[in-house]
Amino acid sequence: MSVRIGVVVFPGSNCDRDTTHALALAGAEPVELWHEQASLEGVAGVILPGGLAYGDYLRAGVIARFSPVMRSVAAFAADGGLVLGICNGFQVLAEAGLVPGALLRNRGLRFLGRDVRIAVEQADTPFTHLAGERRPLRMPIAHGEGCYYADAATLDDLEATGRVLFRYVRSDGSTAGEADDPANPNGSLRAIAGVRNAAGNVAGLMPHPERASEGLLGSDDGFGLIRSFVESAAAGAAATTAVGTEVGAR
Amino acid sequence: MSTDFRFAVNVLPKPGILDPQGRAVEGSLGHLGIDGVSAVRVGRRVELTVTASGEAEARATAERLAGELLSNPLIEAFRVELLGATSSTTSAASTGASRA
Repeated sequence: MSVRIGVVVFPGSNCDRDTTHALALAGAEPVELWHEQASLEGVAGVILPGGLAYGDYLRAGVIARFSPVMRSVAAFAADGGLVLGICNGFQVLAEAGLVPGALLRNRGLRFLGRDVRIAVEQADTPFTHLAGERRPLRMPIAHGEGCYYADAATLDDLEATGRVLFRYVRSDGSTAGEADDPANPNGSLRAIAGVRNAAGNVAGLMPHPERASEGLLGSDDGFGLIRSFVESAAAGAAATTAVGTEVGAR
Repeated sequence: MSTDFRFAVNVLPKPGILDPQGRAVEGSLGHLGIDGVSAVRVGRRVELTVTASGEAEARATAERLAGELLSNPLIEAFRVELLGATSSTTSAASTGASRA
């Protein structure tokens, strides 16, 4: 039986269909979760897709943070559930304090929609273990507020504890600079494109792996990340079921 | 009796936080032929009315809103400013009168 993965749909989400499509390609059963519902319908993992939730009014992601579904997602995450935020979903997670840091306006002030290259910094995580040998990964970005920021102490801690998952890199694979390097499209500090929380079960990234999940789209470099998530969620669900059976047998 | 307190919440990027909008504004000043302007920071101002029985209570509500929703404490600082206060019933009556 295929694993059920929730995709949250906020008013203004616009990558929810791309995400459900990529999840289905990876063998999962996608379940759309409307922002006003509190039930996560028993899914084994949750993805917050890209878009402009609630119009990105006030600050990107902040209003979505207070929706009924996000209270449930926060509880799910606190319980160890796998959660991935892509682009606007990353902004929502950051505003909710579920991943460290904040996403500031791009240094160049412009909305950017183009391909970037990222390196997987941690290969043995639930989000990256099937990323494959291809390096660096090429996938699109589409955002106006993607400049990753955290104070220096937090950045040092993230690096020391292996919580920087992705960095923007040049085509030769070397890490991009912070300012005036086109390989770092938004000027993110230490070229950080994605991070995870301390427990390791919640992650966010600005680039769009779901938009690079099949050859038809020009790149399938992102599909390994989608497959990683699906397989990890399935393994988690299997473990939970096994425990449940064991308890039931007693 | 309750009172309507009008507040302005001023939100600005914290010192040291990159403010590309402020930098862009500063960069444009040269084109206007203006010298001697520096440290431009671009923020946001939100005005709102809180109905409460006293100023302290109203201010506490505004401060909470400012801290939890209107600003992101990681990157922004805020200041709550009282603009004025009017009796709640009076303002409701005057609104009704103007509508009529």
